[in-house]
Amino acid sequence: MSIKKINYKGILAGLVLLAIWQGVSLVTPSYLFPPLQEIGVDLFYIISNGETLQHALTTMARILVGLVISFLIGTLLGLIMGMEDSINDIVRPVLSFIQGVPALSWVVIAVIWFQQVELRIFFIILITALPNFSFQAFDSYKAISKDLREMMLVFRPRSNQMFRMLIFPSIIPDLFTAWKVNLGNSTRVAIVAELVGATVGVGYQLSSAQSLFDLPMALAWTLVLVIFVIVMQIVLGRFENSLLSWRPKAER
Amino acid sequence: MTKDAIVFKNVCKEFSPGDFGVRDLDFQIKEGEMVAIVGKTGCGKSTAFNLLLGLTKPTSGQVKVDGLDPYQSFQEFKGKLGMVFQNDRLLPWRTALENAAIGLEVNGLKEKERNKIAMEWLERLGLSGWEDKFPHELSGGMKQRVSIARAFSVDPKIILCDESFSALDELTAIKLRKEFVHLIRENNKTGVFITHSIGEAIEMADRVLVYKKPGHVAKEITVPSEIDVKKMEELRKNILNGMDIA
Repeated sequence: MSIKKINYKGILAGLVLLAIWQGVSLVTPSYLFPPLQEIGVDLFYIISNGETLQHALTTMARILVGLVISFLIGTLLGLIMGMEDSINDIVRPVLSFIQGVPALSWVVIAVIWFQQVELRIFFIILITALPNFSFQAFDSYKAISKDLREMMLVFRPRSNQMFRMLIFPSIIPDLFTAWKVNLGNSTRVAIVAELVGATVGVGYQLSSAQSLFDLPMALAWTLVLVIFVIVMQIVLGRFENSLLSWRPKAER
Repeated sequence: MTKDAIVFKNVCKEFSPGDFGVRDLDFQIKEGEMVAIVGKTGCGKSTAFNLLLGLTKPTSGQVKVDGLDPYQSFQEFKGKLGMVFQNDRLLPWRTALENAAIGLEVNGLKEKERNKIAMEWLERLGLSGWEDKFPHELSGGMKQRVSIARAFSVDPKIILCDESFSALDELTAIKLRKEFVHLIRENNKTGVFITHSIGEAIEMADRVLVYKKPGHVAKEITVPSEIDVKKMEELRKNILNGMDIA
């Protein structure tokens, strides 16, 4: 990252927030507002200890696998809906219904439906992320310029050429938006799913910290998740910038 | 005897009952001919082009391009048609060179080969050094040049042009028009272009088809190869008469 791109205002805001927390921790019991050094020690323990790190990595793997599969199925479904109105007429109400069900309800349903913990968590991530990918892909497909479609058709491309040369590049920006939205949502949903019945994962560790009334540890685990989401957002942003490097950059 | 490149025989396109895009459209265009279609806005010129390109199906009548129905034999027209649209219609994620090579890529040419051909066309159109630029980095005239290169690079038999110079400033339009006519003649293509400008039609075409609502040819005017001011004015009046304007 170049010096120019460092967000000094953002860093300052973060430092102010930390200073306020530390100030409050001095005048309140430590089980309510633990001092930063206590959280820092627990965070270091999580990252440096093989066993705890495995919990963090398991949760991240669950989120990423769930998201990648939701992305593949959801995007394909969205494109088919865009191409075939009859399929859209059938699938859209189902997806809208699924999207309307609260994530917590899906957790309860999944606990009853699936005994296997991994399957349960995977199902919850899939069912909550898939509609968003589908709708984004659908909207994006429908928004492809008629002018550009006609231009391509003059050359008589095959379906795969049409997809590679026009459709895929047209929908990429919206798919990145869907990824960014779903990343945060799926992280929250995965943790809730892990709270119920999982014996490995950040959700399970948060549940343990709660039962031990260990707020520094709960906050340290929370920070692990926040760092994961931020790192993933940066990775997505880099990937997006490299794929969409053709876009004009606004000067203001 | 020169073959017919394009034949429209009693062609109708009815979008909804009573709403005709074209009606009883009848005309022939010979191979190597340069024909202008003029007419008021909404008189069915673009519908005729869509029928010619095989993008829309005629309700009745027959469209033949190079002896085939462009709608029924859609895939047979790979590489046979080139089109320069009113706006450039460049893919924004592709460079000028990649845009010019779109048709060649569809035709299955390897990257090296298609880039060589596309680059030759860009050079002929004065875009040497601009091949790696994206459309947003090019001026309106440059973008339209890329779209001309894109149309010519597949070496089509027929080139269509839909008011392609109307959005450009007058000086650029005059220059591009001349280049376009030169390329059509030099490469022995059949050219059909839609224009609002009577001057442009007389300047570029061998023959002018005057369109009237609902999409039929009201008048056909042959443009002589040598035109003086008096003859020019006569032709202009004749065309305007066909459009019921004069």
